Formats: sequence, structure tokens, C-alpha cells
Amino acid sequence: MKEKKVLHDLIVIENIQLNKRHFILELQAPGLLPQFLPGQFVQVLVKDSPSTFLRRPFSIHAFDTVKNSFRLLIQIKGEGTRHLSLLKPGEKLNVMYPLGNSFTLPNGKNVLLVGGGCGVAPLLFLARWLKEQNVNVTMLTGWKRKEDIFEKEAYQQCGNLLITTEDGSEGETGMVTSHSIFKSVKTFDRIYCCGPDRMMKAISHIATRKGVECDVSLENTMACGFGVCLCCITPTTKGNQRVCMEGPVFNTKELKW
Amino acid sequence: MVDLSVKIAHLNLKNPVMTASGTFGYGEEFRDFVDLGRLGGIVVKAVTGDNRDGNAYPRMAETPSGMLNSVGLQNKGVDYFIKEIYPAIKDFDTNVIVNVSGSTIEEYVAVAEKINELKKIPAIELNISCPNVKQGGMVFGTNPSIATEVTSAVRKVYKRDLIVKLSPNVTSIQEMAKAVVDGGADIISLINTLLGMAIDADKRKPILSTITGGLSGPAIKPVALRMVWQVSNAVKVPVIGMGGIMNATDAIEFMLAGASAVQVGTANFIDPTITMKIIDGIEAYCRLYKIRSVKELIGGLN
Repeated sequence: MKEKKVLHDLIVIENIQLNKRHFILELQAPGLLPQFLPGQFVQVLVKDSPSTFLRRPFSIHAFDTVKNSFRLLIQIKGEGTRHLSLLKPGEKLNVMYPLGNSFTLPNGKNVLLVGGGCGVAPLLFLARWLKEQNVNVTMLTGWKRKEDIFEKEAYQQCGNLLITTEDGSEGETGMVTSHSIFKSVKTFDRIYCCGPDRMMKAISHIATRKGVECDVSLENTMACGFGVCLCCITPTTKGNQRVCMEGPVFNTKELKW
Repeated sequence: MVDLSVKIAHLNLKNPVMTASGTFGYGEEFRDFVDLGRLGGIVVKAVTGDNRDGNAYPRMAETPSGMLNSVGLQNKGVDYFIKEIYPAIKDFDTNVIVNVSGSTIEEYVAVAEKINELKKIPAIELNISCPNVKQGGMVFGTNPSIATEVTSAVRKVYKRDLIVKLSPNVTSIQEMAKAVVDGGADIISLINTLLGMAIDADKRKPILSTITGGLSGPAIKPVALRMVWQVSNAVKVPVIGMGGIMNATDAIEFMLAGASAVQVGTANFIDPTITMKIIDGIEAYCRLYKIRSVKELIGGLN
């Protein structure tokens, strides 16, 4: 039985500025939150921002059942996200949830998580969930430069954290796709990837070549988020599928990129 | 007690609030949010003769106070609809209306003929106004003689209420309205989306895969109101008004302009419960102004 989708006014309990372009909103619900799964997302209504007409989709970055709250990792891209970055604790936000499917458990105990920039958003929740199921997590994250890196400790608590920076200021130099870990990629039972399309395609390529299962989380633009507008479709082996309903997580074997 | 019911042609609506095709799926998708039995009617996603994959991604661009879409009538065809979808929606306690589309007159007729066999569908809405398909769609809705031709061809095979949905992408909406009434339309619904375009200046590329798409949302409301007013003054058949309705006041404005009922579209994407709020808001408005029947609002400009 699928969890019922709801619309609720949630309370902002924290707004953490990570760097100039990224922040975290922690939202608390008045009633009990559903049992969110890693990969699922929410649709946020941005009020008092005239140029922001549609809701904004964000994947769940962290889920705290004790506090009955969840976190969204948000990159400031336009007026809507800038508006959200100014929210203060105590303010309310109208949110629709839970939306979308979730990541698949691996057929084994070793997994590689690959995230680029804000693409790490669903991966922290995923890494914690996998760790709870005694899966060994290796997490590879790619950044432009050292100053951009955030939440290092949180990832390190879930397993082995690997870093690439484009300027070489931390970890290996270059893009995530050129990291040396891919030489031994066959030791992993599944790869989970989220980031820019180009990066996901490249990782998917490596996974296919080496015969490793790979889940990616897509972020196609969407209007509704609950399956009716048919704007966020992606071509798959089963025909056009909705990223908001059949996704956002897809096994790369099914995607016809 | 306010009487919210309206009658358009043979359709009895509990209240004037319907949902617009393509924005409400087949109704099922809204079960978590809406008491479907409270709606005046549901117009389901367009049905064509055969399966259509629709257009390539990207199909959507957010624009000031609105959005552009170029979905392109993605659906699994009329036979699939009859076999898989109709059984699940036929007993909804509201008017379930099927939006019918095609690329040729023969396709429109074939689909309408099959829907005519479905006893629980009280009306079809003929979509001669989709701007997002290469053949057909808007072509039928922008040329008066072709509009008459497709309407009368469908009229011959479809026995219940025939709604024709007009495109705003014309010079004279009155002329188009008269053309479909001549063809045998019982009801006119308008407006479909306005043809538009969005460009990504950084990439120097159109945002939509199809370059152009259909504009909806509050950005088009003044155009829609004007056209509803013009059409309701030009023809005798009842009019269903739509275009950017986001709240009860918007819906009331359409009724004052001459619409007997309204359809809510894009607003469903942002607030899937919006139709319930609009019904409540229309009732509150009637109470405030001591209006006993919502019918008094139709064409009720001072």
C-alpha cells in the first residue's frame, strides 16, 4: 500500500547556510511524518515570490524520526530558491509529500555512492539507511574546489568518503568519473548516483561496461510532481515514464538516454 | 442554502466547477487530495485513436505567472482507455467527460463512435485546439470551415452532449464559435492554451523540445475572460470558461463574463485540493451577496 500523499504546512526549525550557494532547511511536521524512503522527494510551495509559479521539487536529504523532521539540501539557482534561503526558524512552508519511488537495496554488502555538487542531496539519507542495513558504503563526491565541500563529517560517519576537486585542492584532481576507485569498481554490488545529467550518464556507462547494477536519481523539470502533467517524462525500455512517479530513481539498464 | 447546481445542455452539474483535460489525469491520481464526488465534472486526459508517446523532453517551461507545455497528447489510445481506464472511473459520482483528439477527421469520428458506446460518459469534449501536435489538433480549431466539418462529422456518430473546445490562437473567436455551433456543438469550452515560446538565453536555445508550446496559468486569464465574454454574446449554446483560474474569484469572473461552468486546469498542479476550495469560495461569495442560485452569476455583469 502506497503512503497517502498529503499537503501540510511545515515549520522551519533550522536554516543552515553551508556556503554562498547551498543551504539546508529542516522542516518539522505537526502530525506524524510518513516513513520516508531514500530517493523520495517533496514539492515545496514558494510563497510571496511572484516569479515562482510552480512548486519546487527537492529530494529528502535527511530524515529524523525522533524529531519528526526532515532536511532539504537546496542550491540557490533563482528567485524561488533565494526566497527559501531567507526563511527563518518558526516560519511555515507548504509541502506536498511523500513523492516518487526510492533507491533499491543491493544484492550484496558493498556499494558505491557517487554525487556531484548538490547531487549529494538524496545520498546522505541513502547512505545512513544503507548503513543501518549493514551495507558497506563508499561515497565519492565531486566538487569544484575545497571551499565548496560541506557536511564531510556526516558522510564520513556512514563509511569511506572519497573526494575529487576540479582544481585539486582536496582529494584527487578532476571529475568524479576519473577517480581511481573506478579501477576496482567491480568490487561493488551496486552504484548509486545523483548529479548533473552528464555525470550520471558517464557513471552509467562505466557501470554498464563493468557489469555493475546502477541506480540514478533524475531531476527532470516537472509541473505537478504527482503524475498528472506528464512533463517530466524520460524514455525507458517500458516507454516514456514519469520521473515523479515511476522515478525519480531508475536502474540505468531501463533508461534510454 | 445556496443552490450551486447548473445545467448545461443535458448535463446536470452539482456545481459549476470542473477540471480541465490534461491537468487532472483520469481523476484517480487526485483521490488522496479531492472528494471527486464534490466536483461538477471531470474532463479526463485527451484520448486519441492509437497510442501516442507524446513529444520529447523537455516538455515544460515555467513562465511569468504561468507555464508552457508541449506534452503532445501522450495517451495509450481509445481501446486501452475503454478496457483499462473506463472501468475504474465510470462510477465516480460526478460527470466524467472524455476529451477526444485526433490527427484526421476519421480519427476524431472513430474515437467519438467508440466513446458513444460508454453509457456512463455523458459527454465528450472535442479537442480541436491542441497546439502541440504536428498534424491535426489546432489546425481543426483555427479554420472555421474545417471546424464545422469535424464537428458535424462527430455529431453524426456521437449521441450525447458534444462539447467543442476552442483554441484562442485565432483572429475572431466569435467566428470559430459560430462555426462549431453550425457543426452541431451543444456546448463550447474555451480557452485552450495560447501558443507561446520560451528561450534559455545562456544556452541560446528554445527551452521546449518542440520550440513552441501552450501557455496556461493566470498569465492568460484576461485573454480567456475576453474570449468567454465574446463567445457567450455571439452564440446561444452554453459556455464553459477556463484559462488561469486559480481561486473562486477567478471562477466567478468567468461566470459573470458569461460562462455557465468553469474548468480549473494548471492550478491543480500547484494545489491539488484547489477545486474544493473554489467550490467553497463560490458558495461563500453567493452567501455574502445573498445570491440564492449560482445561475444568477451567469452573464451577470452590471
